[in-house]
Amino acid sequence: MATAHHDEHPSGIMRWLTTTNHKDIGTLYLVFAFTMAIVGGIMSLVIRSELWQPGLQIVDPHFFNQMTTVHALVMIFGFVMPAFTGLANWQIPLMIGAPDMALPRMNNWSFWILPFAATLLMLSLFMPGGGPAGGWTLYPPLNVQQSGPGVDFTILSIHMLGISSILGSINIIATVLNMRAPGMTLMKMPMFAWGWFITAFLLIASLPVLAGAVTMLLTDRHFGTHFFDAAYGGDPVLFQHVFWFFGHPEVYILVLPAFGVFSTIIPTFARKPLFGYETMVYATASIAFLSFIVWAHHMYTVGMPLQGELFFMYATMLIAVPTGVKVFNWVSTMWRGAMTFETPMLWAIGGVFIFTIGGLSGLMLSITPADFQYHDTYFVVAHFHYVIIGGSVFGLFGAVSYWLPKWTGHMYNETLGKWHFWLTMIGFNLTFFPQHFLGLAGMPRRIPDYSLQFVEFNQWSTIGAFMTIAAQLIFFYYAMQSIRAGQKATSQVWEGAEGLEWTVPSPPPYHTFATPPKVK
Amino acid sequence: MSAANGGYYLPNPSPWPIVTSAGLFSLALGFVLAINGVGFGKWIAIVGAAILIWVMFRWFGEVIGESEGGKYNAQVDRSFRWGMSWFIFSEVMFFAAFFGALFYVRHWAGPWLGDTELLWPGFDFHWPSAGPKGPIAIEPDMTPAASQFSPMGAWGIPAINTAILLSSGATITWAHWGLLKSNRAQLITGLFLTVALGVTFLSLQAFEYIHAYTAMGLTMKTGIYGATFFMLTGFHGFHVTLGTIMLIVILGRALKGHFRPDHHFGFEAVAWYWHFVDVVWLFLFIFVYWF
Repeated sequence: MATAHHDEHPSGIMRWLTTTNHKDIGTLYLVFAFTMAIVGGIMSLVIRSELWQPGLQIVDPHFFNQMTTVHALVMIFGFVMPAFTGLANWQIPLMIGAPDMALPRMNNWSFWILPFAATLLMLSLFMPGGGPAGGWTLYPPLNVQQSGPGVDFTILSIHMLGISSILGSINIIATVLNMRAPGMTLMKMPMFAWGWFITAFLLIASLPVLAGAVTMLLTDRHFGTHFFDAAYGGDPVLFQHVFWFFGHPEVYILVLPAFGVFSTIIPTFARKPLFGYETMVYATASIAFLSFIVWAHHMYTVGMPLQGELFFMYATMLIAVPTGVKVFNWVSTMWRGAMTFETPMLWAIGGVFIFTIGGLSGLMLSITPADFQYHDTYFVVAHFHYVIIGGSVFGLFGAVSYWLPKWTGHMYNETLGKWHFWLTMIGFNLTFFPQHFLGLAGMPRRIPDYSLQFVEFNQWSTIGAFMTIAAQLIFFYYAMQSIRAGQKATSQVWEGAEGLEWTVPSPPPYHTFATPPKVK
Repeated sequence: MSAANGGYYLPNPSPWPIVTSAGLFSLALGFVLAINGVGFGKWIAIVGAAILIWVMFRWFGEVIGESEGGKYNAQVDRSFRWGMSWFIFSEVMFFAAFFGALFYVRHWAGPWLGDTELLWPGFDFHWPSAGPKGPIAIEPDMTPAASQFSPMGAWGIPAINTAILLSSGATITWAHWGLLKSNRAQLITGLFLTVALGVTFLSLQAFEYIHAYTAMGLTMKTGIYGATFFMLTGFHGFHVTLGTIMLIVILGRALKGHFRPDHHFGFEAVAWYWHFVDVVWLFLFIFVYWF
C-alpha cells in the first residue's frame, strides 16, 4: 500500500505545491531558508553600511530601526528555524528508518504557511508608518505606540510562523516516537534525531506563549486592553517576562539541532564513535529543561527584586554545566581520532570553537552586576551572534555540506567548500570580534550613530560583514553545481559515516524504507 | 512501537495545505487592514475565513473517508494520537501565557505599583483593580457611583457554567462507553447531550458578557481586571465554540454510522479536547471568578 502508485507525483510546480514527501518538503524548507538568509543578510548590510562612519548618511533612523528589527525576525524565524526543519524533514526519516514523516499532509501545511507568513512580514515594510521598528522583541510601550499597520502585520506573521513551527514539531515528535524501525530504540537513535526531538518539545512549550504575548500586544494596540499600561494596572515588564519565557528556550531551539549536527559530523571525520552518547542525550535534555527557568537574565536591568536577580543568575550559570559536557564530549571524540578535515568537519570544529567563545561571553553576561554594564551594548550583539552563527549557522552549513552528496548524488567541489568555510570564518570574526570591545567601551546597540572613538572597530566590522555575505555566493554556487553535476557520490559518501541514511543510494529514491530496515 | 511491515499509509499529494495557508494569509491580511480602518479589509478577511471553512470540509472529509475506508493501520492511529496530544499541550501553554499574566499582575506588578509612593502616589492596589487611572471596583458594601465597575462574582452564572461543563464531561464519557459496547443509541444520546450542554454554556456566557457590558461597567477596557477577565474567558469561550463544532461533527458522523469500538480516533480526539476545555474552565473558575 505504501509503495507503487506513490512513486508517481505531479510534475512541475504542482509537485512542489502539493507534495507530501518528506524529501521534497525538506528541499522546500531549505530553499526558503536560504532565500530568507539572503533577505536578512541584505538587511544586515544596510545596518553595517550605515554604521561605516558616525553620523547619519545612508538611511534615516526610523528605517535603520526597521532594519535591525526585521533582520532579526527574518534570520530567526525565516532562516535558521526553517533551515533546521528542512534538515529534520530530510534526515530524520532516513536516520530512523521511517517511510516518511508521521503526518505527511500536515508536513506540507507547516511548510506552506511559511512563505505566506514571510510575505506578511515583508509587507509591513511597505506600509504607512513602516515596518516594526521597536526591536524584534516587540517591547511595549514602543510597539503599542508605533502607528500604522506594520506592527500588526508582524504580529499576525508571528502567529502564522508559530502555527507552522508547532505543527512541524508535533510531526517530529510523532515521527520519532512512532516511526522508528524495529530495533531502533530511543537510546540507539542518532544524536541529530535526539537533538531535534528535544527541540520539538521546546517549540511546543514556548511558541504558544509567544503567541499569547503578541496577542496581548495586539489587543493593547487595537482593542483597548491595558495589559502593558501601568496607569490602568498593567505592566510593560509583564510583556518582557512572557516574551522571554518564549525567548530563552528559542535560543536553544536554534542551537540544539546544530549540536545534533556536530555530534553527527565529528565522529564521522574523527573515525571514532561519539564519546559519551548517553551523557550527550542527558545534557541536551538538561539544557532544554534549564532553558525554561532562566528567562529573566535578559532583563536584569529592568528592576527585579534581588531574589529574582540571584535566582536567574545562578540558574543561568548552571547551563554552563551540561553545555560544557557537550563541548568536552566533542573534544574527547576527536582525541586520538584519525582525523581528516573535509568541509563538514571544518564547519563542525569551527562551530564548536565559535560557539564556545559565545558561551563564555554568555557566562560573563549571566553575572548580574556585570550585566548592568553590558546590557544593551554591542557586547550583547557580539555574544548572540557568536552563539547563533557559531552554533546554528555553522551547524547548518556543516549539515548541508555533509548530506548534500546524499541528497543530490553528486560530490560538491571540496576546494570551493573550504573557501566558503574560511572566508565565512574570517569574515564572521572580523565582523563580530571587535563588537566585544565596542560593547565593553560602551557603544549602545540599535542606534544608527556613534561617537568618534568607535570608528575603527565599526569599520572592521562592516568590512567583515560584506566579506561574510559575499562568501555565501560561493556556497550558492557549489550547492547548485552539486545539484546539477559532479563526481558521483557512493551511498556511503564518507568513509567514517555510520547510520541508516548511508545504506540507501545517493540520491535516495523518492520513497525509502517502505519496508522498515532491521536495526541490530 | 514500530510497524512490522510496510503498511503505513502515505497520503498522495494534496492541494489542501497550500489552500489552507492561502486562506490563513487572506484572513490575517484582511484582519490587519480592517483594524487599521481600511474598509475593504473585512472583505479580504471574510474571503479568507470562507476558504478556511470550505477547505476544512474538504480536508477533514478526505481524512474521514480514508479512515472509514480502512486505510489507517494501528501505527497511523498512534501518530494521530501523539499529534493530538501534543497539539492539546501547545494549547495548554497558550492558556498558560494568559494565566501567567494574571498571576504576575496580581502577585507582583500590582502590589509593587501600590506599595511605594514613588511609582504612583496615592494608589493602593487590591484586586480587582483597574489601576490608578481606571475605574474603581465596587465592593459589596459600597454605594455605586459613576465611573465604577462591578467585578464578576463566582456564584451566579459561572457556578452554573461549572456544573454544566463538568456534566458535559460526564455525558461524553457516557457516550464513549456506549461506543465501546456498540450501544449506538447511548453514543448518540450522550453526544447530543454534550452538544446541548456546550451550547447552553456558550449562551450563558454570552448573556454574562452582555450583562457585564451593559449593567456592570465591565468591559475589555476596564483596566487590567477587564483585560485579563475578557482575554482568559474569551479565549476559553472560543475554544468551547471550537469544541462544540467538533462535537457536532462527530455527532453527525455517529448518526451516519461511523466509529467502531476498536477504531474511533476522531471521537477520542474530540473527547480529549473537550476535557481539556473543561479543565481550563476549572482554573478559570477558581482564579478568575472565585479568588
